[in-house]
Amino acid sequence: MATEIRVPTLGESVTEATIGRWFKKAGEAVKADEPLCELETDKVTLEVNAPASGVLAEIVAQEGETVAAGALLGAITEGAAGAAPAAPAPKKEEAKAAPPAPAPAAAKVAAENGPAVGRIAAESGVDPASVAGSGKDGRVTKGDMLGAVARLANAPAQQTVAPAAMRAPSAPDDASREERVRMTRLRQTIARRLKDAQQTAAMLTTFNDVDMTAVMELRSQYKDAFEKKHGAKLGFMGFFVKAAVAALKDVPSVNAEIDGVDLVYKNYYHIGVAVGTDKGLVVPVVRDADTLSIADIEKQISDYGRKARDGQLKIEDMQGGTFTISNGGIYGSLMSTPILNAPQSAILGMHRIEQRPVVYKGQIVARPMMYLAVSYDHRIIDGKEAVTFLVRIKENLEDPTRLVLDL
Amino acid sequence: MSYDLVVIGSGPAGYVCAIRAAQLGLKTAVVEKRKTFGGTCLNVGCIPSKALLHASEMFEEAGHGLAALGVKVGAPELDLPKMMGHKTDTVSANVNGVAFLFKKNKIDSHIGAGRITAPGKVEVTAEDGSKSTLETKAIVIATGSDVMPLKGVDIDEKRIVSSTGALELDKVPGRLVVIGAGVIGLELGSVWRRLGAEVEVIEFLDRILPGMDDEVAKQAQRLFQKQGVKFRLGAKVTGAKATAKGVTLTVEPAAGGEAGQVQADVVLVAIGRKPYTEGLGLQDVGVAVDERGRVAIDDHYRTNVPGIYAVGDVVIGPMLAHKGEDEGIAIAEMLAGKAGHVNYDAIPAVVYTQPEIASVGKTEDELKKAGVEYNVGKFPFTANGRARANLATDGFVKVLADKATDRVLGVHIVGANAGEMIHEAVVLMEFGGSAEDLARSTHAHPTMSEAVREAALAVDKRAIHI
Repeated sequence: MATEIRVPTLGESVTEATIGRWFKKAGEAVKADEPLCELETDKVTLEVNAPASGVLAEIVAQEGETVAAGALLGAITEGAAGAAPAAPAPKKEEAKAAPPAPAPAAAKVAAENGPAVGRIAAESGVDPASVAGSGKDGRVTKGDMLGAVARLANAPAQQTVAPAAMRAPSAPDDASREERVRMTRLRQTIARRLKDAQQTAAMLTTFNDVDMTAVMELRSQYKDAFEKKHGAKLGFMGFFVKAAVAALKDVPSVNAEIDGVDLVYKNYYHIGVAVGTDKGLVVPVVRDADTLSIADIEKQISDYGRKARDGQLKIEDMQGGTFTISNGGIYGSLMSTPILNAPQSAILGMHRIEQRPVVYKGQIVARPMMYLAVSYDHRIIDGKEAVTFLVRIKENLEDPTRLVLDL
Repeated sequence: MSYDLVVIGSGPAGYVCAIRAAQLGLKTAVVEKRKTFGGTCLNVGCIPSKALLHASEMFEEAGHGLAALGVKVGAPELDLPKMMGHKTDTVSANVNGVAFLFKKNKIDSHIGAGRITAPGKVEVTAEDGSKSTLETKAIVIATGSDVMPLKGVDIDEKRIVSSTGALELDKVPGRLVVIGAGVIGLELGSVWRRLGAEVEVIEFLDRILPGMDDEVAKQAQRLFQKQGVKFRLGAKVTGAKATAKGVTLTVEPAAGGEAGQVQADVVLVAIGRKPYTEGLGLQDVGVAVDERGRVAIDDHYRTNVPGIYAVGDVVIGPMLAHKGEDEGIAIAEMLAGKAGHVNYDAIPAVVYTQPEIASVGKTEDELKKAGVEYNVGKFPFTANGRARANLATDGFVKVLADKATDRVLGVHIVGANAGEMIHEAVVLMEFGGSAEDLARSTHAHPTMSEAVREAALAVDKRAIHI
């Protein structure tokens, strides 16, 4: 029975990879989880481990070939694992085609960052893929690595992904009913970034609620005409992005970030919109949202949604955001405290809309209400500013005319 | 005729710009005042001077270098007309090469003086006085530079020459006085010293090679002095009197004081170059120039008049052919809607003396002034095996790297073939590399380039061979 070796999920927005090299030849014995080959992507170099023990029966994708996520790399057949290595290859041709196996322990660090980066990565354990590169085409330089190592040293005991202590063993009875799955690169990145944000920022959340009547009426009145003209559905996101941009203009610190001892105020409005995919959360960015119409924004978001589903999002689609909107409402969330998308200083959480009794013009009536949450970095944004910001969003949504009149 | 782009000037900035633009599909024309293409560089600059530098170096090698290697040739004899012939052949091969490249890329060439009469209009006046007007969407000014004159010392290109005349002397002067210890003065001074002239260099500043690293300049001066060049630093030439026999220069200390006289058979004025914009019509169309007469441009090579751009020696920055070439490529790419870019922090500069002097990036002085903390790694060629074998142990390599990040900020080399060795530093700096990156890159043994790596190792005080 052969076990297929396939290209694993390659990580945020990366859809294809190049086979760097095979550590094993066809015909060699392999143990489960032993590295088989190296894949190079735009962002990272990663190893493919053997999914099972056995003999590497076949190498389908050779060195230098480009493969998509999920593509077949080769196959492992059950056999003399751990026994004498299967010396002559069962299939001679493949054995010839396969390159000589280099010492597998040797540098697995992305060589394109240069040897000094490789040395520091090997000595410090800092993965260059996790460091923002300042060199040509985003390459990581030695200075970037030294900075990352220094940051690590200054914030002790925080490496998030690998738990410091060994996990206590499960009861034997339970252990057999557990499943252990390696985190995908995307999951690891999400984990690291979220934890970093929590570690760095003085984060807290302020809440408000918004009466969605006006937006919903506007939407039901114009959605057909809108779709006919623009070819995109009139959703809520367009209103929220516009309302947020107007509020960001009023409270500039929310659109700023901390860089060392400086504050960087950004006079541009790139709004990240969190999109859930089956592999995890991604945040494509609507650039210069202040210059776009609601129709443009809706179109871009639906475009991003489609690309995210198909795994077509590019890295640049997700870079450079100045503020993020996360919509937990589509999953039914009543209330949440979103985590910052570092280095941004604030994030807006949208939630579900439901009819709730509220006092409106002296009467208790049912109105479509939504809770809003803004998590913010108190180091840069004062409470007054955060609250003002959220109130401004609320006002803009309850009376969208304000958006037209730029009030 | 109507074009997408008309380039005025066919020097390195202009001709490279035209070729790149044509490659990107722009209908392109070049206007050139000379009869041949290539501008100063190919006709009367870089290329002919290199032909004479190489030939004179061979002459000196035959006379003074070979014996030490056990090669006896007797006293070599100079055939100056033949040497000049080699220079002329080199120049024609190069200028014809540019003409061929224009044809190959379907670039129209118009021989005559170009004048901008309005945005989008270039008038070409041919030698016979006939005028024609080219219509174009964009104009790139690449008119280059001209010899900077010196007050009181009038160039006649016979007794008192510029670099142009110094490339055409019909006999070796007994005594050559060079005014200006910059790149051109030292190169051409070297040529004639090797061929037998007694050479004295007079420089206004108290150092040679202004702008280059201090230590490099000092070492270079020692080496040139050893070769027999005399230097008179901190001195100013205020007048010249040419007679049938020679030239008498009036020289006084720059700091003030008694004036004296210096005799010469030939005087080379090499105090620099100035942007060349004469007859270009800049004032008529309102193109602004800066305080030094350079065409004023923004980051995208745009002048203040829409549709008119400028690159090369005629704009700000070092007057180097390769700087102009890169700007020419960048503007062509921008005009074709692409992202052109020149990294001004990684432009090498080379002095083609023997030994050569090459540098890229910042000097120690510049780093000190900017308050940047840095480490220095140095390695002398005396400790390099290949240099010893070649009897080329003069000089050293110096690597300057940021103290905190180890990023290489400048590399300076004095040594044989320094101009070829500098490029690994250029590529490294282009990629933001560190001294350690350079030190960890394998260098073939035995090569002079190993000294570059050793200097990089020395930044971290771990050079092996010293």
